[in-house]
Amino acid sequence: MERKAKMMQALIHVILILVSITMLVPFLWMILTAFKSMGEATSVNPFVIFPSVWRTEGFTTVINNMDFFNLYLNTLLLIAGRVLAAVLTATLAGYAFGRLEFTGKNIMFSLILFQMMVPGQIFIIPQYLMVSKMGMLNTIFALVFPGLVTAFGTFLLRQAYMGLPRDLEEAARLDGCNIGQTFLFIMAPLTRSSMVALGIFTAVFAYKDLMWPLICNRDVMPLSAALAKMQGQYTNNYPQLMAASLLACIPMIVLYLVFQKQFIEGIATSGGKL
Amino acid sequence: MIKKGTSRERNEFMWGWAFVLPTMIGLIVLNIIPIFQTIYQSFFKTGDFGKGNIFIGLDNYAKLMGDAEVWQSVINTFKYAIVEVPFSIAIALVLAVLLNRKMMGVSAYRTIFFLPMVAAPAAIAMVWRWLFNSEFGLLNHIFGTSINWISDPRIAVFAIAVIGIWSIIGYNMVLFLAGLQEIPRDYYEAASIDGATGISQFFNITVPLLSPTIFFVTITRVIGGMQVFDLIFMVMDKNNPALYKTQSIVYLFYQNSFVENNKGYGSTIVVLLIAIIMVITIFQMIAQKKWVYYN
Repeated sequence: MERKAKMMQALIHVILILVSITMLVPFLWMILTAFKSMGEATSVNPFVIFPSVWRTEGFTTVINNMDFFNLYLNTLLLIAGRVLAAVLTATLAGYAFGRLEFTGKNIMFSLILFQMMVPGQIFIIPQYLMVSKMGMLNTIFALVFPGLVTAFGTFLLRQAYMGLPRDLEEAARLDGCNIGQTFLFIMAPLTRSSMVALGIFTAVFAYKDLMWPLICNRDVMPLSAALAKMQGQYTNNYPQLMAASLLACIPMIVLYLVFQKQFIEGIATSGGKL
Repeated sequence: MIKKGTSRERNEFMWGWAFVLPTMIGLIVLNIIPIFQTIYQSFFKTGDFGKGNIFIGLDNYAKLMGDAEVWQSVINTFKYAIVEVPFSIAIALVLAVLLNRKMMGVSAYRTIFFLPMVAAPAAIAMVWRWLFNSEFGLLNHIFGTSINWISDPRIAVFAIAVIGIWSIIGYNMVLFLAGLQEIPRDYYEAASIDGATGISQFFNITVPLLSPTIFFVTITRVIGGMQVFDLIFMVMDKNNPALYKTQSIVYLFYQNSFVENNKGYGSTIVVLLIAIIMVITIFQMIAQKKWVYYN
């Protein structure tokens, strides 16, 4: 029995290691190709796995041609804008929906639920026309615009507030706090983990968003749209394409590796309630 | 007492409205009104150079009905989803079960499987395109084949579905792991004493008790799969011979609305997409009664 359990354990590890390799190979191949010369990348006979010299020309070329500093900055501003707006508005609305009684609450909350059920593409054309009419195309504002409020985040925070005990609030009110103070000093700090979850969720999806930046910004681009544009220009220079992809992925991957617990839990708890 | 109650009610009303106001204004402007605008727009033809809207009644819908490219895109999207959804769910479920135990390396495996979730889809698509390259790609080299993974119209959509599966496994797995935590250990212990094997435990305990999570993941993955865009947009070139057999509904929406600038017809395609997603979701909601167990 003991032996059988050990065999089982070993078999599980073999399966998990094989899957791990499958998950990692594309990333490793991205790294290896980025350091190769064009000749090495497209050599078939012999097939080259490791670059003979670790060249950095691919990186220097794309950094110079694509102005990566600005791409990072735009992406950062896009993420910061959407995270701040989402967490702020959702925290306020989530508290009201979860904790207060007022006329119109139910009908407004059903609008929130309704929005969550509708596929996002239906909003895009009118949102584009709005930004266009405001004359705000090609700005950071345009990138942030569709994420100014979040029905899903409001729902997430409402659930968090509903899970808090009643007595806390009662005690605060007896001590003379008004609703605003109770919210700000007592209740909001207790939902910090949900705010973090929403923040991470919003950040990752803002970073991954491709269609909206492609539509509204041809010049002030975040990383995702810039990669798409670059592929159109240098279709076959794979060392350069891989170098750019790597540069685009590294910041988020490093953040993920540092805060993996928060990332996985944040995305899972948010995603699980979607 | 009554007076106090009403003043408190008035108080909650004021604060409540103040707190929801930013979200509600944003929601109405950004989401609710656009839903009606998109439907409204689907009855118009966008004039040349985006100038002026010409009311054409149901002409866009008539055109849609006879548009072979649109129906092909519906078929392509279904093909993509039919491969991506079941495989990504089944693989993720098995991985979650394997990881749901005390064992060395669990968190390392979890970190690795989840990695594609934090990579830009544009970068993922580019590296897969390179792996799939028929002349110099790693895949053909490893398998000793010379398959045109992404330019053969018969298989390209499935090759893209493979990228989709690879990208989403970790996410599904994490949702399943959260669900597995809820299943009491005693069930498995009791089953072991009765001599049930791991595989029979999987089908008789894990799957039924996890069925609400499986159902939830299926619903969201089907909706996500029907909206596939990034991978197809990035992997398929304009002159790829397989484009016609791979372009998805959302890809056509993008092309019509923002490349060819016919936002009226683009809106009509969105309405079609939503109708399809609604029908599928309703069917799933009905079907769940047959297989989802709620305690």
